[in-house]
Amino acid sequence: MSEPEKILPLDGWHRAQAARMVPFAGYSMPIQYEGIIAEHRWTRENAGLFDVSHMGQLIVAGGDLDAALESVLPADIRILKDGRLRYSLLLNDHGGIIDDLMVTRRGDHFYLVVNGATKYGDIEHLEAKLPQGVVVDHMKEQALLALQGPKAVEALARLAPGVAELGFMTGGAFDIDGIRCWISRSGYTGEDGFEISVPASQVERIADLLIAQDEVKPIGLGARDSLRLEAGLPLYGHDLDEATTPIEADLGFAVSKRRRGEGGFPGAARIIGEIDGGTIRKRVGLAVLGRQPVREGAIVVDGEGNEVGKVTSGGFSPMLEAPIAMAYVPAAAAAPGSDVRLASRGKIFEAEVVPMPFVPHRYHRKGAAA
Amino acid sequence: MTRYFTEEHEWIEVDGDNATVGVTDFAQGQLGDIVFVELPEVGKQVTKGGDAAVVESVKAASDVYAPVSGEVTEANGALQDDPSLVNSAAESDGWFFKLRLSDNHQLNGLMNADQYKAFCDSQ
Repeated sequence: MSEPEKILPLDGWHRAQAARMVPFAGYSMPIQYEGIIAEHRWTRENAGLFDVSHMGQLIVAGGDLDAALESVLPADIRILKDGRLRYSLLLNDHGGIIDDLMVTRRGDHFYLVVNGATKYGDIEHLEAKLPQGVVVDHMKEQALLALQGPKAVEALARLAPGVAELGFMTGGAFDIDGIRCWISRSGYTGEDGFEISVPASQVERIADLLIAQDEVKPIGLGARDSLRLEAGLPLYGHDLDEATTPIEADLGFAVSKRRRGEGGFPGAARIIGEIDGGTIRKRVGLAVLGRQPVREGAIVVDGEGNEVGKVTSGGFSPMLEAPIAMAYVPAAAAAPGSDVRLASRGKIFEAEVVPMPFVPHRYHRKGAAA
Repeated sequence: MTRYFTEEHEWIEVDGDNATVGVTDFAQGQLGDIVFVELPEVGKQVTKGGDAAVVESVKAASDVYAPVSGEVTEANGALQDDPSLVNSAAESDGWFFKLRLSDNHQLNGLMNADQYKAFCDSQ
C-alpha cells in the first residue's frame, strides 16, 4: 500500500528511545530497541513495555447487549461478570474468523480490543450485524500499553496500588499519577502482566513513569511476535483468517459450552459439526529439527511431496534456542509426536508436532482454575 | 591486501587470487540478531551476483550474494556453532567463506571503504 503510515501517540517517544521504526498495520511502529533476543529475554525475566495503540478499542453499548453480542460471538456473554474479560472471535456465516478479540463487561457496556489491521472492517461488521439501538464507539482518543513479564506486577503496583489484587482476565479502573486508566490482567506473551488503556494525550507520561521502574524496558514488535509464538498464541492474518474456523485453529475453548448446545452464533452449524466430527486440518505447534528457522509460507508436504498444509508462523525461539513454528496439518498428522516434512527455500526440513505452548504460560490465576 | 564493498552490503578482502567474503557491520545492524547461517560447500562455483549463502535473523531470511565469481575454498565453520559472531564481529571473525577468484576484473566495479561509507549514509 502506498498510503503513508499513520503516526501513533508515542511515535516521538519511541524515536527518543532509539527504536527502529517500521510500517505495521498501517502505522509506523517500533520493531526493536536494543535487539529482539535481548528484549524477548528481558520480558520473560523482568517486565517489558509494549505500545499496542494501533489496536482498536471499542465500546459497545445500548439495547439488549448480552443477546446482541452473542449474535456475533460464540462466547457465553451472559455469565461474564462485571470487570471480567474473555477471548472471543468475530465469525462470518461460514464459521470463518473475521478477527480475534478481548471482550470485557464494564458496568452497562462492553469494552472490546480488536486487531489494528482489521479494526475498521470489524466496526463495519459490528454496525451491520448488531441490532438497532446498539452502538459501537471507536475510542480513537485512547492509547493502549501492555506491561508483560514476571516483574510487571511489582513495577505497576508501585504506580497503581491495588493492581496486584487483579486476577488473570479481570480488569478495573485505576489512577496512575492522577490519570484515569483501565487496567486488565491480560496480555499476549504467556507471562503474567497487564494491559493499560490510557488517554492518548497522557500516554507519554505513563510510558515515562513505567520505564523509570528498574524492572521495565521498552519492547518492540519483533519480540512481541517471538513471545506470542513461544506462548502458542495465534496472530490474526497469519494463523487465523476468514477461511479458518475456530475448531481448525484449535480455539475450541472460545466456543462456550452453553453456546455449543444452543448455537445461535454465525457459522454455528458448521462449528458444532466440527466439534463433534472433527476437521480435515488442524493448527499445531512444530519443533523444527536443526537450527534453521522455517518461516510463514513454507509448505507441509507428504511422503510423495504433495502439499498437505502450510506454515503460518515460524521463527527462532530465544528461550528454547531452536526453530519453532505453527502450521496447519492434516488431522491424521496433528497428534503430538507426529513427524512432519516442510518445504522451504528449496529444501526439506524435518519437524515434529509438539504441544503448545512451547514455553509454559505463567498467568496469575486466582484460586481454582476459572 | 585490499578490502572492497558491494551495494548488497558484503565485504571482500582480496589477497592475490584469494578472497574472504562476509557481510558488513552496517548489514548485521540492519538484520538484527543472527540465529543461523547457511554457507556454501567447499568446491562450489559461485557467480558474481548469484546466491552464495543465507543468513537468518530472528525476523527473516536474507540471501547473501557472491560479490565476484569464483570457487569456494573454505567456509567459516565457527558460524555453525555461533551465528551471533556475525553480529559481534561482522568484518573479522564473522567472515562467511573464502574464494579463489576466477576474474580479477570483476573487482573494478566494487567500492572502497570511503565510497561504501558514503553509500550507507545515502541509504
